[in-house]
Amino acid sequence: MTRSASSGWQFRQPSVLPGFRWALGYTLVWLTLIVLIPLAGLFFKSAALGWHDFWSLAFERRTLNALWISFGCAFIAALANVVFGTLLAWVLVRYQFPGKKIVDSMVDLPFALPTAVAGIALTTLYAPKGWIGAPLALLGLKVAFTPVGIVIALIFVGLPFVVRTVQPVMEEIDREVEEAAATLGANRLQTVFRVLLPGLAPAVLTGFSLAFARGVGEYGSVIFIAGNLPFKSEIAPLLIVIKLEEFNYPAATAIAVVMLLISFSMLFVINLIQAWSRRRYGYGA
Amino acid sequence: MEVKVQNIRKEFGRFPALHDVSLDIRSGELIALLGPSGSGKTTLLRLIAGLETPTEGRIFFGETDASEKTVQERNIGFVFQHYALFRHMTVLDNIGFGLTVRPRATRPPKAEIRRRAKELLDLVQLTGMEGRYPTQLSGGQRQRVALARAMAVEPNVLLLDEPFGALDAQVRKDLRKWLREIHDRTGHTTVFVTHDQEEALELADRVVVMSQGKIEQVGTPDEVYDSPNSPFVFGFIGESNCLRVDVDGGEIRFQGKTLGMAAAEDKHGEALLYFRPQDIVLVEDDTPHFEGQIASTRRVAGTRHVEVALGSGAHVELEVTPEQAARLDPKKIGFRPTRWKLFPV
Repeated sequence: MTRSASSGWQFRQPSVLPGFRWALGYTLVWLTLIVLIPLAGLFFKSAALGWHDFWSLAFERRTLNALWISFGCAFIAALANVVFGTLLAWVLVRYQFPGKKIVDSMVDLPFALPTAVAGIALTTLYAPKGWIGAPLALLGLKVAFTPVGIVIALIFVGLPFVVRTVQPVMEEIDREVEEAAATLGANRLQTVFRVLLPGLAPAVLTGFSLAFARGVGEYGSVIFIAGNLPFKSEIAPLLIVIKLEEFNYPAATAIAVVMLLISFSMLFVINLIQAWSRRRYGYGA
Repeated sequence: MEVKVQNIRKEFGRFPALHDVSLDIRSGELIALLGPSGSGKTTLLRLIAGLETPTEGRIFFGETDASEKTVQERNIGFVFQHYALFRHMTVLDNIGFGLTVRPRATRPPKAEIRRRAKELLDLVQLTGMEGRYPTQLSGGQRQRVALARAMAVEPNVLLLDEPFGALDAQVRKDLRKWLREIHDRTGHTTVFVTHDQEEALELADRVVVMSQGKIEQVGTPDEVYDSPNSPFVFGFIGESNCLRVDVDGGEIRFQGKTLGMAAAEDKHGEALLYFRPQDIVLVEDDTPHFEGQIASTRRVAGTRHVEVALGSGAHVELEVTPEQAARLDPKKIGFRPTRWKLFPV
């Protein structure tokens, strides 16, 4: 039996790699068990609320505020991480200095440290009587127990994502590209901003989206430093926990569903941008 | 523009890459730096570009001392073996890059940059490709973009580092011819590095043969091919045979036999005889000649290469026409070089 190549779309492309059915089947089962069923349960539970109740719960002022703070702070923190994470990656890739290995491994610490520990440590430092908080208080700046504190905690947990996605791409930058820019008359600054950084954009974007996603979902480190004042410094995950503690499961799931939808659509858009840039510049292809 | 390289020495760490190299490059010339890998040819090119700094010596562009200038100030065009295009920029932006990074005072207006880039795109025969990205081009096309980008800055000198090294054979040949045409049309002083002698001989006005950090010979393709001035050049350019012979009383002897080949009267002792496979006549009569047995024959394009064993381990390769080859006796072949050169052992 021969299959015509021009028969249009085929579910299974002919390939020399064996095991397509098994690999795809396994992937689907695993994804269903680990991701889809729990998330579907979330939707199912919130659907029990009925449209009207869902609406009023999800778009209550307190909820909206919490969502705004969660997404806003995560966004700002991810932006800060893009700048400083890229800088850190640059230093680690480009320069040799004593203790470089130690600095390099320190980058991963936020991955490993229990987030509560990070939260408590940051709170102690930034509290009005803390080592950093006290001098800032003299200047009239309050960090802990405000959204600024949330941002700082999220920068802490999100830093490794940017560094670790940008670093390998930066290591692969061809010296010749920089030399080419120099021979064409570009000075260092022009080379960095017009040649090197644009080339890193896809990796930076990946790092950004990972740090952002992590920031949106972060709970442990934030609740200590945030102060958790409703309408001021209360994050959406905390609001979910509060609802759970009130045994108000439908409300908790409703907020979760809204978070999920926003996160998914943002990550999806970022992924599309990446796919587009990959097609165009040929990165990672 | 003329380029003068004066007594350049370059060391990497304690490893010397170039010893005391001097070279005059004439304005408008297309010159090839030819040598095996490790001969220092790329180092010399990068020194002219300013991508490396010499340990000693000076480089002049025309009358001005370029040694003190940075790469950016030298205003050169450099083409890399692996293109080194900016992949987030379109072809047109790549070509215009050198103009857009100029300080505001000397930077042409945007429309002018676009126009010049398009003109160069036409010159390198990529009309209509301005919106493409480098990854959407073939290797040959990328290298042409790289050349257009280098020419956009109106460079004092165009430097090409193994420009065709990463391309396949057919594309190389086409681009070679094309580069010659471009050079004749634009007249840029051009230096290119290659390890491919065929490329150097076909393309260049003059060839600089390098070996182990030194210049062995500088000359036109005919000069370096027809009168190599060292055993290295003889061996490196074209094919050649080398035999250990005795020189005595104005005569060359091989394994004690006279060959009917004259040498300078005042030389005595052992010497190395170099000759090319095609510079021979087959000898069938009793006049003095080399004699040996055919070890093998190979067909090479329009000729046949015959490998001859001359006894005591000496081998030579001869080039004969297929007709001559058909008449050869495998047990006994006689020949005499018509052009040769002797070098001291």
